[in-house]
Amino acid sequence: MAHDHDHRDFQPDEEESLPDYGVAEIAVRELLLEKGIFTAEEFRGALEGFDRAAPERGAKIVARAWTDADFKARLMADGSKVVEEYGVNMDLTELYVVENTPDVHNVIVCTLCSCYPKPLLGAPPDWYKSRNYRMRAVREPRAVLAEFGTHLADDVQVRVHDSTADMRYIVLPMRPAGTEGMSAEELEGLVSRDCMIGTAVPGSPAKG
Amino acid sequence: MSDDQKPRRYHDLGGIPGGPIEISDHVLLPWEKRVDIMRGLLGDKKRRIMRADVMRHTIETMGEDKYKSLTYYELWMEAVRRVVVEAGIVSEDEIEARIAEVRQRLGLGEGS
Amino acid sequence: MSGRFAVGDAVIVKAEYPKTGHIRTPYYVRGLSGVVADALGPFPNPESLGVGGDGLPEQTLYRIRFKQTDTWPDYGEDPCDTVDIEIYEHWLEPANGT
Repeated sequence: MAHDHDHRDFQPDEEESLPDYGVAEIAVRELLLEKGIFTAEEFRGALEGFDRAAPERGAKIVARAWTDADFKARLMADGSKVVEEYGVNMDLTELYVVENTPDVHNVIVCTLCSCYPKPLLGAPPDWYKSRNYRMRAVREPRAVLAEFGTHLADDVQVRVHDSTADMRYIVLPMRPAGTEGMSAEELEGLVSRDCMIGTAVPGSPAKG
Repeated sequence: MSDDQKPRRYHDLGGIPGGPIEISDHVLLPWEKRVDIMRGLLGDKKRRIMRADVMRHTIETMGEDKYKSLTYYELWMEAVRRVVVEAGIVSEDEIEARIAEVRQRLGLGEGS
Repeated sequence: MSGRFAVGDAVIVKAEYPKTGHIRTPYYVRGLSGVVADALGPFPNPESLGVGGDGLPEQTLYRIRFKQTDTWPDYGEDPCDTVDIEIYEHWLEPANGT
């Protein structure tokens, strides 16, 4: 019987390297399509949405918050609603933007699993999901930051956010000094993904 | 309650002494991305078959061995499979049969 | 229906250690005192959702701020550091015992 929802429609695998769980994925997905749990169109749409979510989207929002005080105020008040303007759908979660100041540096972790603002930033990096990050980020955040090449001043309070519920966090980093003349694109280029997790600051030598 | 009477569940990792963080990342393999998509669709507002909490609970109860030895997306795929079977949407027999058929179709051989 | 606690209230996390169920209160804050930083409104209860329930009754969610020096007896970093965690109302008691 021909399958009109051939997995090759979506993205070619390297079949030689497809592990058992990859085979299971194909099998379960085909069965769910056949049973009408979701349609091929929905799957394709979700794939495209997944590919659109990337740190660059977060960087755009940060750069605009740096240059547009009204936007920043709206973003801080209702992050989920405001990022919809950028095509980001937080679905059943809520986006909270936590702002770095000269007094407070924010770091995000999910010790229980790997909660992360995926609709905005895309998939989290492997290290964010790792056992060691989840174990240590709440207990020795400065030592963890140092492994990323990030060192904070003594008078800065480190505030770790452990995402245990439906909130998803991004850090709004401080705008670096000397960037007054920069264009939006140049400012966006300063904001790496790690800056929005809190393990880096714009302009600092973050690894990875 | 003394310390040895207080059960810390195996996924509840905050504060356990750990080692250096391997600051690595990898581009998702196509099958991994599809697992992520599938989980998202199953748990979305329209379907809510596999809300995040159901998936997390499945992972939290499949045993410490699996939790420590499977990769991130292998864990999720295992969770998806268990949840759709438990929800009565698909049977294990159907999945096994389709896996065999997919293997044959792709010329993959027996598998481990 | 507003929640039991207000911003600024001192609260203590229940020192309970369930062996089963889907719990979103991390082990490391059980029995710990903190301060309500934010009252976030009612949310479906993950302990019910996790086992396929409907999440009712909803529980008010709070962002609780803990001092790191309270959280870890041997905290070796800056004494002003804090950790924020969202905790559901049924896991919290007033810290002053009233």
